[in-house]
Amino acid sequence: MSTIDTEKLDMSFVEEVKNTPGGELITRCFACGTCAASCPVREFDEKFNPRRIIHMVLLGMRDEVLQSDFVWLCSGCAACQERCPQGVTITDLMMALKNIAVKHGIVHNAFAMQAAEVYRYGRLYEVGDLNDRREKIGLPRIPEEPEQIRQILDDTGVGEVAKKIIGEQESGNE
Amino acid sequence: MRYAFFLGCSVPTRGLNYELSARKVAEKLGIELVDIPEFSCCGFPIRSVSQKAGFTMAARNLALAEKQGLDRIMTLCSACTETLQEANHLFKHNPDFLAEINGELKKFGLEYKGTVEVKHIARVLWEDIGVEEIRKKVVFPLEGARFAAHYGCHYLKPSEIYDHFDDPENPTSLDDLIEATGAESVRQYPDKDKCCGGAILGVKEEVTIKIAGSKLKILKDHDIDALVLICPFCSVIYEGNQKKAEKEYETQFKIPVLYYPQILGLALGFEPDEVGFKLNRIKAKKLLEKLGLGKKKTAA
Ligand code: SF4
Ligand code: SF4
Repeated sequence: MSTIDTEKLDMSFVEEVKNTPGGELITRCFACGTCAASCPVREFDEKFNPRRIIHMVLLGMRDEVLQSDFVWLCSGCAACQERCPQGVTITDLMMALKNIAVKHGIVHNAFAMQAAEVYRYGRLYEVGDLNDRREKIGLPRIPEEPEQIRQILDDTGVGEVAKKIIGEQESGNE
Repeated sequence: MRYAFFLGCSVPTRGLNYELSARKVAEKLGIELVDIPEFSCCGFPIRSVSQKAGFTMAARNLALAEKQGLDRIMTLCSACTETLQEANHLFKHNPDFLAEINGELKKFGLEYKGTVEVKHIARVLWEDIGVEEIRKKVVFPLEGARFAAHYGCHYLKPSEIYDHFDDPENPTSLDDLIEATGAESVRQYPDKDKCCGGAILGVKEEVTIKIAGSKLKILKDHDIDALVLICPFCSVIYEGNQKKAEKEYETQFKIPVLYYPQILGLALGFEPDEVGFKLNRIKAKKLLEKLGLGKKKTAA
């Protein structure tokens, strides 16, 4: 990591995180490193380190955090959260950081694609022809009725993310 | 015992062996499962983009069960379990949040009152049926079989939303359930509680493969007939991506990966094909031979 550019530190970032569900308890962190030691992603990817991410947030390093790849690398396993001696809800905090990044227009493609699938089918995977196979082995057919799910996604801003991907995929197919 | 049966997205498309065996086992044990066709994705894949959207989807599913007068949901996927139960937990501690979400559900003629309990099938079997009861129903003990349990993450964690029903650091429920079939479970092995890494497969595949492979590498030395798990995500990683992990670690694992209801199904007297063995990519041939079930070559 390059040295900290104090000009760019933005303490309003800490407030934004604290005001986002899941981020409330971040200031309790006393940097013990238990989270990093428990983290399966950290074990194989040096760039990802929950303790360091928390520290960066507390320093107000908004751009460095939100524009990094590593916000998207938390597997959500909750091993850290289970063990944090300070009761920081780290897994929820990682989720909060992703939600904040999205608010600022940054969405990792993997998650945007998932949103697009759910928007299309109301589910992460199309059932479609698989229904015939399901029936053949004695399983009930599953209807695909995404309308209500689309409404929820449209009302929460996810629809926009999804439709952008769907638009790109469709123009790519033409 | 009546439960709304929540399938989620992965199980009914990529985990047919799980669904098939779960339905068979439930019927045999007197668990009545109610299918609700309007159920959608639980909301989990959307939460990274918007927690609110994800929990609204969760609440819609919960409300659909509630509307039918059901006060319990049985799940198969651990991520679904966590998302639905986390929604319950949040609503209980934050009625304003529930009211906000209900504002959205109103558009669909739904309202969630917060009365539906969510339980993973393994928890249902362990808590609501009980190991002793299962043992009594076993007609074909899996003697000589040796398994390792993979609990995964969201079946147990975060433990505060699950009333700490099992110890998140040193769980026993799945091992107990495995042993109820007459088989042996490797109760302790390094990294037993390690995540499969599945959630970041689409973000950085190589890290997922390294995480998953590190566990398979350990298990290779434990002489097991199969890794037994209870989540379709974990299965996609350990079974579907085992070849990639073998490449990464430059070794052969060849570890069959089975869903718990598949082995319980055998113990309850079902044929391997009835509980989806032929749908497994890595064939549990050695296990079936050991149990004397290998003779009938699984028909294609
Ligand atoms: S375990 Fe908790 S207190 Fe320790 S570094 Fe991580 S977040 Fe901070
Ligand atoms: S929840 Fe995220 S940060 Fe915490 S241990 Fe798991 S992968 Fe690491």
